[in-house]
Amino acid sequence: MKYDLQPTLPAPSNTIGVVAWMRKHLFNGPISSVATIVLGYFLISWLIPIIQWTILDADLFGESRDACTSGGACWVFINVRLNQFLYGFYPAEEYWRLNLAFVLLIGSIIWLVLPRTPFKGWMALFLLVVFPVIAYFLLYGNSFGLMQVETHLWGGLSLTLVLAVVGIVASLPLGILLALGRQSEMPIVRSVCIIFIEIWRGVPLITVLFMASVMLPLFFPEDMSFDKLLRALIGITLFQSAYMAEVIRGGLQAIPKGQYEAADALGLGYWQKMILIIMPQALKLMIPGIVNTFIALFKDTSLVLIIGLFDLLAIGQAANQDPKWIGYSTESYIFVALMFWVFCFSMSRYSMHLEHKLHTGHSNRA
Amino acid sequence: MSSDMSNSGHKPDGGSAQPKAPPANQPKFWNDPKKRSLLFQTLLLAVLGYFFYSVVDNTLTNLEQRGITTGFDFLTQEAGFGIAMSLIEYTEASSYGATFFVGLLNTVLIAAMGIIAATILGFLIGIARLSDNWLISKISAVYIEIFRNIPLLLQIFFWYFAVLRTLPHPRQSIEFFSSFLNNRGLIVPAPVAEDGFGIVIFGFFAALVGSWFMSRWAKKRQEDTGQQFPIFWASVGLILGVPLLLFLVSGMPMVLEHPELKGFNFRGGITVIPELIALWLALSIYTAAFIAETVRAGILAVSHGQTEAASALGLPKAKTLRFIVIPQALRVIIPPLTSQYLNLTKNSSLATAIGYPDLVNVFAGTTLNQTGQAIEVIAMTMAVYLTLSLVTSMFMNWYNARIQLTER
Repeated sequence: MKYDLQPTLPAPSNTIGVVAWMRKHLFNGPISSVATIVLGYFLISWLIPIIQWTILDADLFGESRDACTSGGACWVFINVRLNQFLYGFYPAEEYWRLNLAFVLLIGSIIWLVLPRTPFKGWMALFLLVVFPVIAYFLLYGNSFGLMQVETHLWGGLSLTLVLAVVGIVASLPLGILLALGRQSEMPIVRSVCIIFIEIWRGVPLITVLFMASVMLPLFFPEDMSFDKLLRALIGITLFQSAYMAEVIRGGLQAIPKGQYEAADALGLGYWQKMILIIMPQALKLMIPGIVNTFIALFKDTSLVLIIGLFDLLAIGQAANQDPKWIGYSTESYIFVALMFWVFCFSMSRYSMHLEHKLHTGHSNRA
Repeated sequence: MSSDMSNSGHKPDGGSAQPKAPPANQPKFWNDPKKRSLLFQTLLLAVLGYFFYSVVDNTLTNLEQRGITTGFDFLTQEAGFGIAMSLIEYTEASSYGATFFVGLLNTVLIAAMGIIAATILGFLIGIARLSDNWLISKISAVYIEIFRNIPLLLQIFFWYFAVLRTLPHPRQSIEFFSSFLNNRGLIVPAPVAEDGFGIVIFGFFAALVGSWFMSRWAKKRQEDTGQQFPIFWASVGLILGVPLLLFLVSGMPMVLEHPELKGFNFRGGITVIPELIALWLALSIYTAAFIAETVRAGILAVSHGQTEAASALGLPKAKTLRFIVIPQALRVIIPPLTSQYLNLTKNSSLATAIGYPDLVNVFAGTTLNQTGQAIEVIAMTMAVYLTLSLVTSMFMNWYNARIQLTER
């Protein structure tokens, strides 16, 4: 009689290793095998020239287009104009102000995103309330001994970020009010909110921007003049608040009814109930949705080019018109696309991660 | 903390009305939900009324100062500018009202083309994303992640300025299937109907009506006898076959007008302007990425038990997909698909950035600049998009409700 365990045998050789993985995932069946071979062939015959063009044969350093001799992509074009892509026409000696604002923004976002950092609530408050004020004084100047920088000098990635951040921060409170109003029992409040939300959601952003730039000056007395950037920001905020309201409504509806009833049973008033019980729970659920609308807004900020603001894409478009650099538009489009992509992709990954994390519990549906 | 307030005092959101507390301590009027909500709503109306009054007042004053008369009279005036592409008769002598319809039709055209292409591409990629084949699935994932994270306007610019505008001149056109591709667009042969082509169109519509009756008959027969009829293929055969047969019998009353190079440009044929191609490519590719995600989520939402139950019943794989998975997946897919269609329609207004003559470009652009009637023009433009949105969502709601009825 043997009492000691037999040694574990290795798995059969046809179920482990590269070959088995390929058999399972690439060549499982005749159709799959053919597809793999055909697709693989096309992929390789496409990827090799693309890699060659973008990296191997590309030129990165130089002063003018004469430096582009290798026949690949001419990244010199981007390199020469990099400051414009990032800072627009902001005076070069004041770049530190944009850099500081950017570091503050990214720093507080990283603080919020990282798990287990203390004072998340205060940090969120800072980001939503204090930071915009600081950023305004930093960017616009004209106080605290800072030089005034007119908004028509703002541009590039920094303008894109300004538009997106202001759009989201300003539309959040408006969106909360609209969402609460839409669920209100008061018929007039409810219908006003529904009409507001549906109108803004039904029209394209570009007509909103047109309206903001053409009609807004007509709406106010002659002596009230709006800056072009401010007009765009007003249009974007109104537009965005309607989308935000729908995200928030989704979050409010995801809170089990028992929470509302329990708050009523405790004798809390409407605002006490909302601020102390419902919103803290709902806001957490809304974060993925808010991030998703932020991504959409971030991409949509590129439309301000049509009303004459120089965001990242408009700077690229202007660079393409430069007679000294005709013929390198592909490079600038790829660069701008890459910038947008990096921001949007990382945000969408974060929102997916959050959705995954929040998926546990808390749903009133089975 | 609430001991000093009466129970019904702070319930603006209604709830059941409690039996009234003794009238001895009447609640203050601001603690009475009915009176308070009345007060709030009156206040809101007053504020809104004042806001609109001051806006209208300011606008009228401002317009008067600029010497612009309000009203829709300008719609009958002569426009005096040309439009690159028009689906209806349009000349420079046409009215501003005509520019509205030209723009509107061009918007509808690009939206319809985009929706069809994006749906096909999106479903293909969404299904490919779920393929067992690692390569197919990863390629679809890369497609989705690349295209949905890059602004649409950038993609439109890329196709227009970096691809289509760098094509060769008409004289060095790329030729294929007797069509020509150059930097002025795609020129394809134009079908020109001759006498007697009407009968083919008649045959087509007759076949449509016929297949509708056939499907009713087939459904009734299946309900009565349980026998199935290959209704799909029969309809396809009818709708394609009848017009084709009539076409051949009536002696092929249609010729293709081939484009020819005359001087520096092409004569004859249909010219598809590069703006339309660029916009169509960008809109379809961008929206397809979103539709693909929708489709994937919809198919994944059908629980695996359904598939297993179907194979337990002995249904083959194709029938499982057709009768079990797809009908249930569609219920999940339709609502987000609707909003994608609406997004595409609204996004088609980006046409103005590359000069495709859509509603925003022609009407809210050139017409507005020439007439200065900002209020009327923007209001009409917004009204069109609102109507398109509402009609599409109404249609989709109806469709959705019809599909939902199949639920047990």
